[in-house]
Amino acid sequence: MWYLCVFYHRLLDYRRPEVESLAQLFATEEINCETSSLVEWRLPENHHIDSPFHFVSLPSQHIARKIANRSLLVKGIYELWGQGTDYEELEKAIKEYPEDRKLPYLTEDSTFKIVVDSFGKVISSEEQNERIRGLTYIPFKGRVNLKKPDHKFWLMETDDYGSSNGLPPVVQKTIFFGREVGAANRSLLPTYQLKSRKYLGPTAMDAEMAFLMANQGHAGPGKLVYDPFVGTGSILVAAAHFGAMTMGADIDIRVVRDGQGPNCNVWTNFEQYNLPEPVGLLRADNNLPPWRPGLKEMFDAIICDPPYGVRAGGRKSGGRKLLKGAVGPYTVPDTKREGHIPSTAPYSLAECVHDLLDLSAKMLVMGGRLVYFYPVSREDGVMNSVKYPEHPCFKLISSCEQILSSRYSRHLLTMVKVGVYTKEMEEVAREKHREFKENHAKWLEEGNLHSAVFESNEGSKLDRDSKPKYRGKYV
Amino acid sequence: MRLLTHNMLSCNIKGVTNGFPLKLEADKWVTKEVDLNADFLRGIFPKIEWSALLAAARALGFAELPEQADASMLSSDDFLRRFHHALLELHVEEGALVCPETGRKFPINKGIPNMLLHEDEV
Repeated sequence: MWYLCVFYHRLLDYRRPEVESLAQLFATEEINCETSSLVEWRLPENHHIDSPFHFVSLPSQHIARKIANRSLLVKGIYELWGQGTDYEELEKAIKEYPEDRKLPYLTEDSTFKIVVDSFGKVISSEEQNERIRGLTYIPFKGRVNLKKPDHKFWLMETDDYGSSNGLPPVVQKTIFFGREVGAANRSLLPTYQLKSRKYLGPTAMDAEMAFLMANQGHAGPGKLVYDPFVGTGSILVAAAHFGAMTMGADIDIRVVRDGQGPNCNVWTNFEQYNLPEPVGLLRADNNLPPWRPGLKEMFDAIICDPPYGVRAGGRKSGGRKLLKGAVGPYTVPDTKREGHIPSTAPYSLAECVHDLLDLSAKMLVMGGRLVYFYPVSREDGVMNSVKYPEHPCFKLISSCEQILSSRYSRHLLTMVKVGVYTKEMEEVAREKHREFKENHAKWLEEGNLHSAVFESNEGSKLDRDSKPKYRGKYV
Repeated sequence: MRLLTHNMLSCNIKGVTNGFPLKLEADKWVTKEVDLNADFLRGIFPKIEWSALLAAARALGFAELPEQADASMLSSDDFLRRFHHALLELHVEEGALVCPETGRKFPINKGIPNMLLHEDEV
């Protein structure tokens, strides 16, 4: 069935993938169906893809409501009763809309409310009331309830939302009238905002983004979600909010074990929101994981933000000197073993991503999701099409760009495990691991994102006017 | 550290072939109530090494798990409760995990096991 989907005008690349991910989640739960034609999209005539207005086809009203209510970016999904370029056209369209689709929501014993909304312009409350009075041709029999109505109807008017939001202008005025099926619960954001989080770190994930990641990863009751770079647990908090069991690891023991004291650490972050704490937190190196041989297919989702060396450098075990090959491994004298803190070495992006894919291929259940951020230098993004990491076990479902600066953006990649992890793949990964170790210095140089971002930039190839302005606003 | 985590870990020092299961030495442990989710337990059961769970639970004074277990027991509420208790409600705060082959100790502090290897074990 087709619906009108109105998005919030932010994180533009993330909007449709969120709806598609949630559609897949709820469709699998209910009708055990997994088809690529689950969701279809169309745009209203003359509208640009970045417009807030989209038409979407979804399997059922029940699923449409669940999607909207769990999303963060859907302002509302509406059953469209009519649309027009002026109020006469709208009236005609609504009158022609089938009675059996309208009457059940206009009954005497129900309560309702009509909201007048506009995009790209302001409608005064007087004008709003006038618009509502103009709808008397619709036989509303119920009572008005402004606080908690059974049914909410929206009258949306948009002339030219374009110029004030930096979008290409739309020539024609459009008016939509629809019955609300579901809407995002944005009140989650003030509740979980980082501003009031007890234990924070420099790379704690923003609450809205953490929820989006949890939605891409299908976090939910009965599932086990893992974050191999857990830090302060910000991503796991979002997964736990949706009912998932969580587990996390980090190589930095101070962040994961000590925090800032007994009342301010990862555990208390969950306590703060009355969420079940992670079932396991450990200090481990993703490069040399502590899993027992033969352990596999444990996690339903792996959701993380790997350290790619811009705001936090990645580390792995080994110690600098050893990896440079100059000196034999440092052997800790027995008297000093207890309480010895092993030194670690820098972890290049290429190796970090390789290890993440290998870990995920082995440890995800079939159909499980890997959701992670991948940094892209905008120069490369503009000059050539981006080449994302690949692995024979995975199919890439979506990539969503978030521009962070003129130099680089991060892309949220969602991958689904479609192939079994074989002995051959394990061998190949081991070989690659050896190769990384032997060419340690070379990999650090090539993958050096930090300097690409922070060095002074003379003769930048990036043409600043190449993309429309609103994208430059990092929406 | 809960026994679910313990069940997943082994000593991966270079050259070690028999690093699982790690012997559990608990100096301080508590029981923390966790909501029982039958779907989760049924899903995770096939991945659990039962004898390792049995031994670790015993080390913490919980002897109510059956010697052997198979999937048919998952329909019993009583079994689920015991399984749930051992796997998720026993929480080791201080102690160590000991490698059966080398005797190397991985410390557990504030509920978090430190599985990082030293420079010469890599």
